[in-house]
Amino acid sequence: MTMMSDRQQLSYIASQAADARLNVELETEGMTLNIGPQHPATHGTLRIIARLDGEQVIWAEPSAGYMHRGYEKLTEVRTFPQVTTLINRIDWLGSFANEVPFILAAEKLMDIEAPPRAQVIRTILFELSRIANVSLFLGDLGVQMGAVTPVFLAFRDREYVLNLIEGATGGRFHPNFDRIGGLKDDLPKGWIDETKQVMKKLIGFCDENESLLFGNEIFQSRMRGIGVIPAEIAKEYGLSGANLRASGVDYDLRRDQDIALSYDLCDWKVWTHPDGDSWARCWVRLQETRESCKIVLQLLDQIPAGPVMTKVPRIIKVPEGEAYVSTENPLGEMGYYVVSKGDLGPFRVKIRSASFSNMSIASWVLKGVYVPDIVTILSSLYFILGDIDR
Amino acid sequence: MINTLAVEIPYWGQSIFRVVGGLVAVLLPAGGIVYLFLFKMMSFMQSRLGPMEAGPYGSMQLLAEVGKWLQKEDIQPDNADKTIFKMAPVVVLLSTFLLIVVVPFGPEAFFTDLDAGVFYFLAVGSVSVLGILMAGWSSANKYSLLGGLRAAGQLIAYELPMVLATLGVVIQAGSMNLQTIVVAQNTGEIFGWGGLGNPFILTQGVGFLIFMIAVQAELTQPPFDMPIAESELVSGYMTEYSGFRFLMFFIAEFATAGVFAFIASVMFLGGWGVPFDWFGWSNLDDVDWWMNIVGPLILTTKMFGLVLVIMWVRFSSPRFREDQLQTFAWKFLIPLSLANVAVTAILKVVF
Amino acid sequence: MAPLSDDTQSAVATEDDAPLALPGDGVREAVVDDLRNRIGDALIDSHIVPNDDLTVRVSTESWAATGAALKAAGFTFFSWLSAIDWMPSPYGKGEDDPTVEKEPIDMTIKQGVCGGDTRFQVLARLTDLNRHVGITIKADVDDDTPVVDSWTGSFAGANWHERECHEMFGIGFNNHPDLRNMYLPTDFEGHPLRKDFPLLARMVKPWPGIVDVEPMPEKAEEIADEPLPVTDEAGRIDPVATEELTGEPPSDPDLTMADAAATGDEATEVGAADAGADSEHSDAGSDDADAAADADADADDTPESSEPAATHDDAPESAADPLDVAEGASTADADPQEEAGS
Repeated sequence: MTMMSDRQQLSYIASQAADARLNVELETEGMTLNIGPQHPATHGTLRIIARLDGEQVIWAEPSAGYMHRGYEKLTEVRTFPQVTTLINRIDWLGSFANEVPFILAAEKLMDIEAPPRAQVIRTILFELSRIANVSLFLGDLGVQMGAVTPVFLAFRDREYVLNLIEGATGGRFHPNFDRIGGLKDDLPKGWIDETKQVMKKLIGFCDENESLLFGNEIFQSRMRGIGVIPAEIAKEYGLSGANLRASGVDYDLRRDQDIALSYDLCDWKVWTHPDGDSWARCWVRLQETRESCKIVLQLLDQIPAGPVMTKVPRIIKVPEGEAYVSTENPLGEMGYYVVSKGDLGPFRVKIRSASFSNMSIASWVLKGVYVPDIVTILSSLYFILGDIDR
Repeated sequence: MINTLAVEIPYWGQSIFRVVGGLVAVLLPAGGIVYLFLFKMMSFMQSRLGPMEAGPYGSMQLLAEVGKWLQKEDIQPDNADKTIFKMAPVVVLLSTFLLIVVVPFGPEAFFTDLDAGVFYFLAVGSVSVLGILMAGWSSANKYSLLGGLRAAGQLIAYELPMVLATLGVVIQAGSMNLQTIVVAQNTGEIFGWGGLGNPFILTQGVGFLIFMIAVQAELTQPPFDMPIAESELVSGYMTEYSGFRFLMFFIAEFATAGVFAFIASVMFLGGWGVPFDWFGWSNLDDVDWWMNIVGPLILTTKMFGLVLVIMWVRFSSPRFREDQLQTFAWKFLIPLSLANVAVTAILKVVF
Repeated sequence: MAPLSDDTQSAVATEDDAPLALPGDGVREAVVDDLRNRIGDALIDSHIVPNDDLTVRVSTESWAATGAALKAAGFTFFSWLSAIDWMPSPYGKGEDDPTVEKEPIDMTIKQGVCGGDTRFQVLARLTDLNRHVGITIKADVDDDTPVVDSWTGSFAGANWHERECHEMFGIGFNNHPDLRNMYLPTDFEGHPLRKDFPLLARMVKPWPGIVDVEPMPEKAEEIADEPLPVTDEAGRIDPVATEELTGEPPSDPDLTMADAAATGDEATEVGAADAGADSEHSDAGSDDADAAADADADADDTPESSEPAATHDDAPESAADPLDVAEGASTADADPQEEAGS
């Protein structure tokens, strides 16, 4: 604990108090509340076991595994091109973004690089899946707090983005479009113009959401100062993406690593927030969505001519070696540690998914909050169940 | 009402007449509110169409829904306290029906004309708390229990500002009889000008706001829907209910919205009346008989206007946390309404 | 990520007139030196990919100490922790052609980057958020007593990762606060990510992806070449003329051609559709290539046609070439190309 703002300090004291209460023999009997696996707030089948003292949580722990599909084992019996079909399903709201780090890792091992055109299109699709993912998050925020309207607006506007993704790749949710050495296809005719219009709509959506939800005082009072995560703790737990940046850590894998995606072609900003509370996490995500729209708009004007696929053997054998590539996915740092033994398929793939680490902090951050805050904190930490369970 | 028809109706006939009238007065507005606001207004606010298939513009959708609910199995949890579990929705709905009893719809169109009407509706309105608490406790479900307890705390907290807000009206009208309050508003004058009467929303604006906020809380609607809070407590005290019993909660929710809007328009918007100046009436006895037909329509129109506000807030607000909600009631609304009462009393003495 | 070719290296060397050093890897070398200062001989090996990545291997005993040392050295961001089973799977990859006799699997254990002595290795990844350097740390895990020290003392976030690692590989972690199963049921037997844990779905049924289930294009064409029934002006099949032509009477003389197309012979349909698609393709493909400004119209397709089996080109205009479709391994491969053109 280094320097803490007032809010952080208050939250810290509350959690310490809850800690103390847990350790003292109480005359009253606590209640164990089992939230999930089937529960409206858990976006799937996450289970949270919370021990309550009145309405205050004195101990909470998420319990995952209700949807574990064993992708790490399954990848060992797939060929490299087949793996993308599986890993599409990890974060199902931003599927294309899941493929990219794996493909980059395979390309790194094979020592090839996608043509510039493919890289730019990859980046555009990557950002589109981020927009599709995070726009739903922005709508879902309201629902977790009883405001049902934003989620419908989010679904409406996300549909435009999904249409774009479908137009380019043929799949709304699971494109499976990225190939080792490039992309499956080029962009269809008229796609670029349409994307520009949609991006303007999405920026409008961000503005609308900001005034409708973020400007709401009840929303602010529910979010500000709740679920504060100091930067030190965030780093220790491996929080990534907007959750980390909301704690004031200026780190974005899109900017801070040398990777074969075209973020350096455009002018954009990494948003951070010093507070580290639920509000900060949501706010950073909102800014990022807007920033993503700007990235896409800029990249659309810079797509170079050329092929979208480099020359790769028809039967892909990846040379022996190990590589770890991670990218800044909608949920945070997603990486694949790929070990190849020179076969058709990987020897081992360790999938570093963002939500797994993001959720592991839940038992720390939920301590001392009230029951209603459980849902707001969970929703501001933003997890996709497939991303926890893999 | 009875005198107007100029026929002698025996007591049992009057009773049946009143029961049917009560059902109509509660269920018709409730159906209208569900269709107009829950189905259609909410849909338009959320850029969708809402039900469109059943009947013209989906107007028969509610009947289909009711049919669906009636067909569903009446499930009771094993560990539930079965008798109480079954009684709870009846108690909640009962409170709604009891409320409608005192609402004056016209000069002679009312179910009863109690001298302490305001007192009665405040008392009867709290009966629903009992039903909610019964539902929460008897369901043998932790979510229900939390929801029930939250509801109890919240309803008690907001009962107080509601009482204090009505107190201003009572002081100004000088009566607890709702009929008298209506007449007082319509015969009133604003600085000697009676063209608009003197609806108490003008002099009791603060009271009206407090009353509407308290109504919103009594109805457990967003931003005060902590007891239901579907994203954290699944459905609060209603979690274990299904089929017909859920339908009763559902009807009670919207019918109560209607009834409270009735009462609010009676107390603050002039009720069934038009300014008596327009037709040269000076007191209740002068009012023409046709007001018994037009009055209910006027009152219903005002009621729908108020429900529109209630629903608008409901569909567009996130919800407070339980402690924030209590803080808001105890630290803000109650002092404000006390001040309102004090100022009203002083002004009443001065003028 | 492009490999540094010899040209660039020499260019750097001549221009700067400095000793031959790869640019940028000084940071990573400094990290390794720093770590060696902190943990001494426990650092067994290190491997640097210039400007890209860094892997170190430490001794088992100093596994937890390394985490603490690296945290002190600035690697405050805990990315992940996992393990790896270096034993080749005794069941093969489950995707071998079931009709071919299996070759015996070479079961020699061969560790990857930075070597190793044991079947299991734990590995973790840390990042320095200021210097933007990532580091992968590896350590051997004793075969007989697969237990290492827990990292939860230095990084609280290692909790879940170690639990997952524990259930998946059966590796124990000393001083872990709560080493329960993360995903699996409590009474689950076995450790799924060990290589000797069979993937039952593959045991009972070979991976279908290895066998082509759809007919090859050549075969479809063959079927399409069969003579069609003869019809009169009304579209009714003429049984006599058909028998004269094909040598056998039509199965149902009451059928019209339209009925036959709707209900009937799949093979005929496939063939016809393929032929139609191909001829459409050459037009549509070339039109598109000319019209669309963003299409890579000028990609050279001549070299590919000369070596069709070796390379695999997904550029749209190659689909227009019927030769490619015919030579494609399967219709499944050809289909995406057709979509690309249209």
